[in-house]
Amino acid sequence: MSALVSRATRASYVAGLLALVLAAVLVSAPWWTGIATERLIGEFMIYLALATLWNLLAGYAGLVSVGQQAYVGFGAYVLISLASLAGWSPLWAVPVAGLGAAAIAAPVARLVFRLQGAYFAIGTWVIAEVFRLVCAQIAVLGGGSGTSLTPAAMKLVAASRPAREAAIYWLALALGLGAVAVAYALLRSRIGLALTAIRDSEIASDSLGIRIDRVKFAVYVLVAGITGMVGALVELQKVRMSPDAAFSVNDWTAFVIFIVVIGGIGTIEGPILGALIYFALREYLAELGSLYLMILGALAILVMLTAPQGLWGFVQRRFGLSLFPTGYRVRGL
Amino acid sequence: MTWINAIVQGVLVGGLYALFAAGLSLIFGVMRLVNVGHGDLIVAASYLAWSIVHATGLHPLLSLIIVAPVAAVFGYTLQLGILNHTLGKGILPPLLVTFGLSVIIQNGLLQIFTADTRKLDAGALETGSFALLPGVDIGYLPLLMFATAVVVIGALQFLFYSTGLGREFRAVSDDREVAELMGVDERRVYAAAMALSLAVVAVAGVFLAIRSNFDPFMGPGRLIFGFEAVIIGGLGNLWGTLAGGVILGVAQGVGAEIDPGWQVLAGHIAFLLVLAVRPRGLFPRIS
Amino acid sequence: MGEPLLRVEALRASYGDAPALHGVSLELAKGETLALIGANGAGKSTLLKSICGLVGQIEGRILFKGEDIARCPASRIVRLGIALVPEGRRLFPSLSVEENLVLGGKARRPGPWSLESVYALFPVLKERRRQPALAMSGGQQQMCAIGRALMSNPDLLLLDELSLGLAPAIIKDIYELLPRIAGGGGGAILVEQDVMRALATAGRFVCLQEGHVSLQGDPAAHSRDDITRAYFGT
Repeated sequence: MSALVSRATRASYVAGLLALVLAAVLVSAPWWTGIATERLIGEFMIYLALATLWNLLAGYAGLVSVGQQAYVGFGAYVLISLASLAGWSPLWAVPVAGLGAAAIAAPVARLVFRLQGAYFAIGTWVIAEVFRLVCAQIAVLGGGSGTSLTPAAMKLVAASRPAREAAIYWLALALGLGAVAVAYALLRSRIGLALTAIRDSEIASDSLGIRIDRVKFAVYVLVAGITGMVGALVELQKVRMSPDAAFSVNDWTAFVIFIVVIGGIGTIEGPILGALIYFALREYLAELGSLYLMILGALAILVMLTAPQGLWGFVQRRFGLSLFPTGYRVRGL
Repeated sequence: MTWINAIVQGVLVGGLYALFAAGLSLIFGVMRLVNVGHGDLIVAASYLAWSIVHATGLHPLLSLIIVAPVAAVFGYTLQLGILNHTLGKGILPPLLVTFGLSVIIQNGLLQIFTADTRKLDAGALETGSFALLPGVDIGYLPLLMFATAVVVIGALQFLFYSTGLGREFRAVSDDREVAELMGVDERRVYAAAMALSLAVVAVAGVFLAIRSNFDPFMGPGRLIFGFEAVIIGGLGNLWGTLAGGVILGVAQGVGAEIDPGWQVLAGHIAFLLVLAVRPRGLFPRIS
Repeated sequence: MGEPLLRVEALRASYGDAPALHGVSLELAKGETLALIGANGAGKSTLLKSICGLVGQIEGRILFKGEDIARCPASRIVRLGIALVPEGRRLFPSLSVEENLVLGGKARRPGPWSLESVYALFPVLKERRRQPALAMSGGQQQMCAIGRALMSNPDLLLLDELSLGLAPAIIKDIYELLPRIAGGGGGAILVEQDVMRALATAGRFVCLQEGHVSLQGDPAAHSRDDITRAYFGT
């Protein structure tokens, strides 16, 4: 009798094929749809990226950060500095923003890793506040009211509006799908194995010799870097940003957390499902304004109390489904 | 002299920060829970006080007679009904549930009271002062806030170390399982701790309402000040939390003297400095 | 012949996915001291914890004075009259010696034990009553843990590994006090690594091996070989 150790499931083969088809469809979107749809999909991709990244941090590395908006805002400010002040093409500024965010995340991590658990969370929030307050002091970038990307800078992206929107759209696609791909690849690698072990039990991982501190540091810096790029993209999309908007807790953390919690923390599929649910809810409930936010909050509480693994976690348990398998299965027994 | 005045005022406002922080410190000590909605509950207490004062014409400080018990009962119920179910399952559930709570409170207050700022008027208390030194005026309100902080922390210390309930707080925090073996109902002990925490929150909220304009979104800022006071002072030490509040207040005061836009930032920098140099705080007691 | 003080029937207990007891049955009469022996991991502590209400996943029955307490919460069980001296003492570090004892008396049951009588039994505790509990030596801490359990005036006293980490002279002193402790018409179950001492102290014994009862009865009626076999399960 031979048993085969494999990583894929039948569902994941199907999902993989569907994903490729979907990606092709999405990439071709600028040719068969308008700017409004591009923006909507782009926004979805931004939240998908942020949610996937936050899930890596909190769901796997055990780093529950309530301060990722620090890197969103930082990325935005790097982009606007390079593009409006230094005359760079904004498209080149995006990866530089990512590198800058990763660079600044390193000393931040050294500092904030001294805190544990929920205190770590609030510490990351304080850091984000520090970033916001410092940026609000920079007069040349508009101080407290912020500033806009100059038309000249926008022209450097592309000459015509449709081309610009397409470029920004493809960038969003790259970041959204890229974040999921990076997360998937990471979790299938040795670091991913370490992360999953840490997620399940830090004590056990430690006893196995996994350098938890190093893994957490690496993940934190990586996530910060990609988050910085997302921030740069957001600036590119919105053109005008103020410190309050760039470093908004609500927009870049609260919604992201809700997406991951409701969708399913600790799984790759969870953030995807959560983002879909979030956007669907927004379509129907957004006109309720602050009532909508209260419903989101109540939903997150409900999920945490009754189904802490989220919707996908529930599906996974119930049906054994795994579209992005990161573990190993034994077939043929 | 303006520097000395800045420092003195900073010390006094440290009392208010210590009041923000005391409830947070208490909860963490007893059940290792950090309530992300703590600041929002302070603001909610401010709104409750405002509502009572506008309905009854009571003096703002007297509104505490109603606000404090209401807050305590709410805390007891909240803990028993919701927060107890998040304990013992890792850091995510309590964090995310209290985060959800924070969002609900903020937006609930917005719905009910709109985004307009409010303030409570305490009359002579607010405007009166005496001169400690030429150029250094001590206002009655700041002095009262500081004195209240000292009294509240003193009372909490007494409760913790000289009463049966305090004994149970410490036992349950040390070893939950063995405390159960002695007949301690941990669910009710936690609920009592939260009730106490919210009673202190009520006091902080009333003072906040008198001292400054408030709006539904001020919660996270107060949470951060309270949290910074706790970390600077050292975990597990209520008097340390008072010291932390004072240091934070002084840092902010000095920062404001340099440049008004630097006030809050200076406090954050002081916090980060302490975190860098003395990660466990200045007077820690818990490991 | 009245009904037994404690009767355990087909007890299965698990921690999460790991089963620890696979159907244990035993009985304890009033006034009896039972020795519970077995190798590490045999399930002795699990059995005591199950009786105290600290194990969540239980099947079977645990009848104490006729009432099934298998699924009662621990805080209720102490009020019914069962007290545990936990393995490793587990005194409260933030509490003084006296505070530990007073907390033990929270269940407020009637009986001979009170702060005065516990201090009479263990005078050294009275001397150090205001000190932090962990500032004492191992033997003194053990006395404090025993006193704390006695303060609830239990009808059934469970003692888990009294001699762990203690010097032989101290162990001897504590065991000499055992008749006064377990006297009074209640019952006691003694878990002890030191098999000989346990068998010498108790009237009956139960030997656990990998979660089942492998041998039980009167110590005098069984040979060393029998007991060794039951202990190691050859």
